[in-house]
Amino acid sequence: MMRLPKFTYVRAKSVREAVRVMADAGPDASFVAGGTDLYPNMKRRQQTPKTVIGLSGVRELRRIAGKPETGLVIGAGATLTEVCEHSKVRKGHPALAKAVSLISTPILRNMGTIGGNVLLDTRCNYYDQNYEWRKGIHFCMKKDGDVCWVAPSSSRCWAVQSSDAVPVLCAIGARVALASQSGEREIAAVDLFRDDGIDYLTKRPDELLTEIRLPATNGWRATYWKLRRRGSFDFPVLSVAARLWFDGATVKDAKIILGAVGSSPLDAHESARLLIGKPLTEDTIRAAADAAYKPAKPLDNTDFAYAFRKEMAKQYVARALRDLA
Amino acid sequence: MAAERREFKVIGKPHRRIDGVAKVTGATKFADDLALPGMLYCKLVRSTVPHARITRIDVTRALAAPGVKAVLTGKDLPIPFGILPVSQDEHALCLDVVRFIGDPVVAIAATSEDAAFDAMDLVEIDYEPLPQIPDVDTAARTPEPRIHDYGDEGNIHKKVSLVFGDVDEGFREADTVRDDLFFYEGNTHLPMEQHAALAQFDGDGKLVIWSSTQTPHYLHRALAKVLAPLAASHIRVIATPNGGGFGGKSDPFNHEIVVCKLAMLTGKPVKVSLTREEVFYCHRGRHPVLMRIKTGVKKDGSITAMHFQSWLDGGAYGSYGVASTYYTGALQTVTYPVKRYRFDGARFFTNKPPCGPKRGHGTPQPRYALEVQMDKIAEDLGTNPADLRLRHLVPANSVTANWLRVGSMGLGRCIETVVAASGFREKWHKLPEGRGVGLACGSYISGAGLPIYWNAMPHSGVQLKCDRGGGVTVFCGSTEIGQGSDSVLAYVVAELLGIDPFDIRVVTADTDLTPVDLGSYSSRVTLMTGNAAIQAAERARELLAKGAAAKLAIPESRVGFANRRVFDVEDPSKGMTFAEAVVAAESQFGTIGTVGSYVPPPSPGKYRGAGVGPSPAYSYTAAVCEVEVDKDTGIIVVKKTWIAHDIGRSINPVLVEGQVEGSVYMGLGEALMEEMIYRGNRNVVHKFPSLLEYKSPTTLEMCDVETHLIEDPDPNGPFGAKEVGQGPLLPMPPAIANAVYDAVRVRVDEIPITPDKVLKALRAKDRRYGPTKTPTVTWPEPIVVPPPWEGGTGKAVSGEGAKPIVIGAGGVRK
Repeated sequence: MMRLPKFTYVRAKSVREAVRVMADAGPDASFVAGGTDLYPNMKRRQQTPKTVIGLSGVRELRRIAGKPETGLVIGAGATLTEVCEHSKVRKGHPALAKAVSLISTPILRNMGTIGGNVLLDTRCNYYDQNYEWRKGIHFCMKKDGDVCWVAPSSSRCWAVQSSDAVPVLCAIGARVALASQSGEREIAAVDLFRDDGIDYLTKRPDELLTEIRLPATNGWRATYWKLRRRGSFDFPVLSVAARLWFDGATVKDAKIILGAVGSSPLDAHESARLLIGKPLTEDTIRAAADAAYKPAKPLDNTDFAYAFRKEMAKQYVARALRDLA
Repeated sequence: MAAERREFKVIGKPHRRIDGVAKVTGATKFADDLALPGMLYCKLVRSTVPHARITRIDVTRALAAPGVKAVLTGKDLPIPFGILPVSQDEHALCLDVVRFIGDPVVAIAATSEDAAFDAMDLVEIDYEPLPQIPDVDTAARTPEPRIHDYGDEGNIHKKVSLVFGDVDEGFREADTVRDDLFFYEGNTHLPMEQHAALAQFDGDGKLVIWSSTQTPHYLHRALAKVLAPLAASHIRVIATPNGGGFGGKSDPFNHEIVVCKLAMLTGKPVKVSLTREEVFYCHRGRHPVLMRIKTGVKKDGSITAMHFQSWLDGGAYGSYGVASTYYTGALQTVTYPVKRYRFDGARFFTNKPPCGPKRGHGTPQPRYALEVQMDKIAEDLGTNPADLRLRHLVPANSVTANWLRVGSMGLGRCIETVVAASGFREKWHKLPEGRGVGLACGSYISGAGLPIYWNAMPHSGVQLKCDRGGGVTVFCGSTEIGQGSDSVLAYVVAELLGIDPFDIRVVTADTDLTPVDLGSYSSRVTLMTGNAAIQAAERARELLAKGAAAKLAIPESRVGFANRRVFDVEDPSKGMTFAEAVVAAESQFGTIGTVGSYVPPPSPGKYRGAGVGPSPAYSYTAAVCEVEVDKDTGIIVVKKTWIAHDIGRSINPVLVEGQVEGSVYMGLGEALMEEMIYRGNRNVVHKFPSLLEYKSPTTLEMCDVETHLIEDPDPNGPFGAKEVGQGPLLPMPPAIANAVYDAVRVRVDEIPITPDKVLKALRAKDRRYGPTKTPTVTWPEPIVVPPPWEGGTGKAVSGEGAKPIVIGAGGVRK
């Protein structure tokens, strides 16, 4: 069987302790919550932290508090099952509940956390392979090598942002709290991400994601669509999160985020712009959907043919918007 | 004979499996559950390049690493092996050339798996790259360098050409001729259990290996060859219950040989447990096959001639490939009469994991091509596809153009059953756009007529021992791979001896304790072990009847066996317990032990290549699939499958239905998503050797299944039983392809039928997606064999087949 490399495990009991251990351990340390992303990666030697700081004992990270009307707060350590089955999440944020319920499988949702999904390592099928396989292609720039095999002439890594929760959080304007020894800061979820497969987060390594702060539910509607081969297990290979504000029958404001077709969540500005000030009809939906074709930039490093994924961006944006009509 | 018995106590009843409780409670010990004191752990260092000469191997650092006890290289195991006598082209560890990424080069045994893993990186191997051959096209264009120094030509492993009657004349007689190209992508078995093996070498010089193998007897032979001078009589192979096999554990494997050698060198037990990635490298799965099928039909749909051509991508080694090649041309003739038939096949070597037998071995690909073409012919003729097939069925008890003897033949009833159950006539071409139904059929062998290596001995043997306490033990070399073969032995013996299946202990798959059975492959086990068990049980019955008759003072012919009693059938109150009958018989004859064995009947075909295709009995299947196709996304959802299988007779209908549903599931996966694909431009690396990214359906993708069993006992089957393990897979891919056509009127002539291919077909002028060209191959001088109705004798009249010779699976029984 595949074996984990050797590492030191430290179980933190509080956020304060977790960030202190991290500051002491330095860059060779990693936080772990559910472990459903990190441990398989460690078995494949994609990440080999010398110190792993366990968060499952940090109670304060697991709370879900507040009201949707004024702003629900979800602890980063809440499991995906806890999030998608929580009555306030389901009622106030059905799009988020749906996105989270579509992550992986029930068993992995019982282990994995919302924070872990938000920070999910970018994925690529030249990278999510074990050590021996990657040796066969002389590794890639994301780990141990210097070429991006999906775009060999490119100077950057094109691994794919593959979280189901992230597009929804970005579309609805959620904010996240990051803690470190120097205190806490809050940033917009969308600002957490960078368009680079390796350096995909703006979070500093010593910072711990502690909370996801959802906006008040005051009149907008949101939805989430996910393309994948099978109804379970699979990461998205294209996803669409859309949020619309209506003024009567007219779209007052819109946000459409494409997931899993780039290294960061992509804002389909043009699609949104085409909707604003117009009623949501089949014609305006089609126009907005067609405009989503251009920003979607899938490459050949996930399941399904990439041209098909690009084309499906139109179909899935249309389907998401029809949900909201 | 048993086949004529009308009233059964056990046969045909939905009994529990005799290993059911152990399986569901986790008590069953699979190979990876085994551990012995002082055991070492083995890891294999595999090639990271697809094709290269090994210029240097330095294991000094690995051997010095903490915990490492032994390191092997190819020089330690220089004798080649392979499943077929004609393809002895594998080495346990590569000698001087590596042929695919994943080919094992060095083996390490250490005191822990971690220590072995850490030492892997310390092995230094230098390679001198050789040109990479990623596919059939490249192989056809690149005769040099050769991946192997044997084979028919350049990088063509095997070429076959067989002609049965004047095919050109047949095409001239036809009113219409269709000529279609199809491609079926390769896929793998994906058993839940990853291969594992544990070897022990004792102080007396005897070797034992426990392994998840479907073929302990063939492994025994390979070990005796490779480990010489160790005598075969000192090697014991125990096949542990397999957590699924599907053909993927039917070859002798390098890791099995390596742990034996390591155990012999270190004196310690040595275990290997493959990772999922390594299972992908073992492979031996479905060959990717490009096919051309040209068929001439009369206006009524009768086939005047068929010319079938196949190009197989074999991967890096021979494996069962010669047999696979013949199988792509063998069974086209057993469903609808083909008056004149020609088959050309070629298998190529490429730098990928070797292909071999997967459920249906070499026949799902041609069956898909044939059944989709039948659908096209029906469309051309304006005929309902069910009627086209029903009007032209091979008759029971007949011989085909290529000299296969068909016994019972229930395909007509299968078609009528699924057509009625699904409402096919009401739905076909009448459902709203986006929804469609498709019909397809199939047929499969109930065991190959010939063994892998030429010999005149039984294919299956059973020993039976009756204990004074009334216990019965059945010994047989057959291997339980999840299909229920242990239970079948118990049911058959229980039926004949009038006892409960749970009174019987079954000992299987142990080359020291059990007589040879060739293995769990080719859907042979129920028919062959069942017949051997019947013979052994009838012989025991005779002894017990004599003993009981003497005691009851009645003629032997009046002795009956039922409900654990042996009694006078004319006065059932007069009798004794089964145990008392054993005592009576043992008192008279001594220890009560009997044997039974089975040899398949000889085949009428006597030409070179006639060894592939003959079987004691053919199963038949028909399926209707109903699908929904989204025209905007190309996504296909299979809503329901109605399937009818001609089983001859069910030994246990629940196990039969389980096999049918399993085949539907596997066929669905092959039809819609499964593919073994490689990055030809990146070192021919397997694209995704993992359970996550190699897409196989989950329960959410599985369709509803309505199974109908058609029972028409076959005289060659035990109680009339035929196979069910593989045949029901065959109609699934073509039924889905035909349903997609009915739904959106496009032809996807390529498996798997993925959404992007559906969209491409929807936009194509000819509303088709599929292959458009074939590689150039110079076919050999054909072996010409006149069909039975043209005065043939089963022998070749020209070509090299005129002199029959043994070619492994394609040997000829004189």
